Amino acid sequence: MADKTETSVNFSSVPVMLLLTLVSLPLVLMYAYLFIDTITNSEAGSLIPNELTLEHWRFLWETRPGKASIWLVTLNTFIFAGGITAVILIVSSMAGYVLSRLNVPARGLLLAGVMVLHAFPSVTLIISIFIVLQYVGLYNSLIGVILVKAAIDMPLGIWLMKGFYDTVPWEIEMAGLVDGASRFTVWRRLVLPQIKPAIMALGLFSFLTGWSEFILPQVLAPGSQVQVLSVYLASLIADDNNFDFATFKAVGVFYVVPVLILYVFFQKHLMNIYGGGTKG
Amino acid sequence: MRILLDKFSKSFGNTKVIEAMDLEVGSGEMLALLGPSGCGKSTTLFAICGIHRPTSGRILFGERDVTSLPSQERNVGVVFQSYALYPHMTVEENIGFPLTVRRLPAGDIKKRVADISALVHIDKLLGRRPAQLSGGQQQRVALARALIRRPDVLLLDEPLANLDAKLRLEMRSEIRRLQKETGITAILVTHDQVEAMSMCDRIAIMKEGEIVQIATPSEMYNDPRTAFVAGFLGNPPISFLKGKALGGAFVSGDGNFRLPLGSLRNVGDGRALTIGIRPEHFGPSGDLAIEGKVAFAETQGRENLYDVVLADGSVLRSIQPVRDDVKLGDCVRWNLSSEAAFVFAEDGRRL
Repeated sequence: MADKTETSVNFSSVPVMLLLTLVSLPLVLMYAYLFIDTITNSEAGSLIPNELTLEHWRFLWETRPGKASIWLVTLNTFIFAGGITAVILIVSSMAGYVLSRLNVPARGLLLAGVMVLHAFPSVTLIISIFIVLQYVGLYNSLIGVILVKAAIDMPLGIWLMKGFYDTVPWEIEMAGLVDGASRFTVWRRLVLPQIKPAIMALGLFSFLTGWSEFILPQVLAPGSQVQVLSVYLASLIADDNNFDFATFKAVGVFYVVPVLILYVFFQKHLMNIYGGGTKG
Repeated sequence: MRILLDKFSKSFGNTKVIEAMDLEVGSGEMLALLGPSGCGKSTTLFAICGIHRPTSGRILFGERDVTSLPSQERNVGVVFQSYALYPHMTVEENIGFPLTVRRLPAGDIKKRVADISALVHIDKLLGRRPAQLSGGQQQRVALARALIRRPDVLLLDEPLANLDAKLRLEMRSEIRRLQKETGITAILVTHDQVEAMSMCDRIAIMKEGEIVQIATPSEMYNDPRTAFVAGFLGNPPISFLKGKALGGAFVSGDGNFRLPLGSLRNVGDGRALTIGIRPEHFGPSGDLAIEGKVAFAETQGRENLYDVVLADGSVLRSIQPVRDDVKLGDCVRWNLSSEAAFVFAEDGRRL
């Protein structure tokens, strides 16, 4: 990735900064108000808040009647996103290696098939998946929806891993074999470490898509015990009786915080998803 | 340990790379597989270390038939052209890896790594990673990794190709030293005749999947079996003149030049012949004068190199002690030693 560009003597960055500030101002304002509205009250029609309050964050310590506890929902979301990440990482790191290195009959067809699956809009499958889950008894369970979401995201992971494995030099594997390592050891101890950046990136990516997934949990796991944050959030607006816009916003902020934290700490790794394999 | 290839053949799909090759490498011997790229020398090497399975034929280490054994059970050490060091491991972990996968106790591994790294002079670099080493150091690590579990055979796949000229010279004698000190049987794959001649006990020269000749370097240089062998060995290379036999002598294409064939005088008149003359046999001394024009002159410090174009357009190369009386474009009348010329038939066989 590009290093931080040094300020050139011939080129002032001030106009560019000004322009960028101007363009992104509406977005910044929206986010700012999203946050401000959760801790203040303002008079109807006014933009200026007139009092500070924590009442919109009450959902953190008070469980509303008929709703699941926010902490259970958060835990569910972590399990959901983490489960997806684990399944995708394990399966695609192995499948990618096999497709990249071993003699697979009809490899081209397989890869093309996987790609087609990726291009398939998952919503079109939702009814049949619903029926299948209902039939095998995984409807309204986290495991069921984790498996479905992981399967739908898998093609991307497999392709990505295969691409990274393709850049690992063959000689490393040959050397491992003549050094006496089994094929599995070669994969585990020699090849896998070469694509660690890709594993990191794919893991983060999977976690983030899992975190923000809405439609699958909404349809396949709507029960209050297995609810995830996106579904919980949606249920707040759907509830016409106690419509509370500020709470909705507060939950939204709460929902977004882990994502922001992940981005702050791992954005460098996430960038790797577009980069290529080993660099020396 | 002796290595024997018995009617070894290898094809990839319909492409036959090597057909019915026989090769024996004596115990403790260092043999070079020399040939142009694509002649099957690396394929042979990979078959010996078990990465390629032979299509047919047998491979024996000592008396043991290893043809169908996987690499892991063959006990060969391989140094790859790119060294194939494991980038995520330190030098110590790299060298110790063959022992680690064998689950030896950590203390033993540490001791043997220390021993072998002292032997190849990298004992001060054990904590570094491959990316922090120079080419020559990486080479030494690769050698140490190949040698650490005392393999039956050491295979070297163009090990010097990625080094600069000075380091190449150094590693040439270094590898030979290690091979002699450990007494290990070694096979060196190379396309560089200087490497093959300077490092090895014997050379097997390959062309299109066949071994053309196996001999010691000096035998092969002085007694090549075909024009291909003669052309491959020697730097600057041998020069060839085309012509035909006439009255017990070789006569060049335009008839200007006659070279008595001596013991080969019985060759039938009119038969097409090629003679090969090494550059050191063409110069001021010799028994047969020939005229030409200097088309290329180069000094190498101690010696000068000349290309002389003859009347019929063919070129003779000459290497001589440095002199500055001959310039590009000069007409010269130099001699060649008729005794030293090689005579080849039309199909390249030496007569």
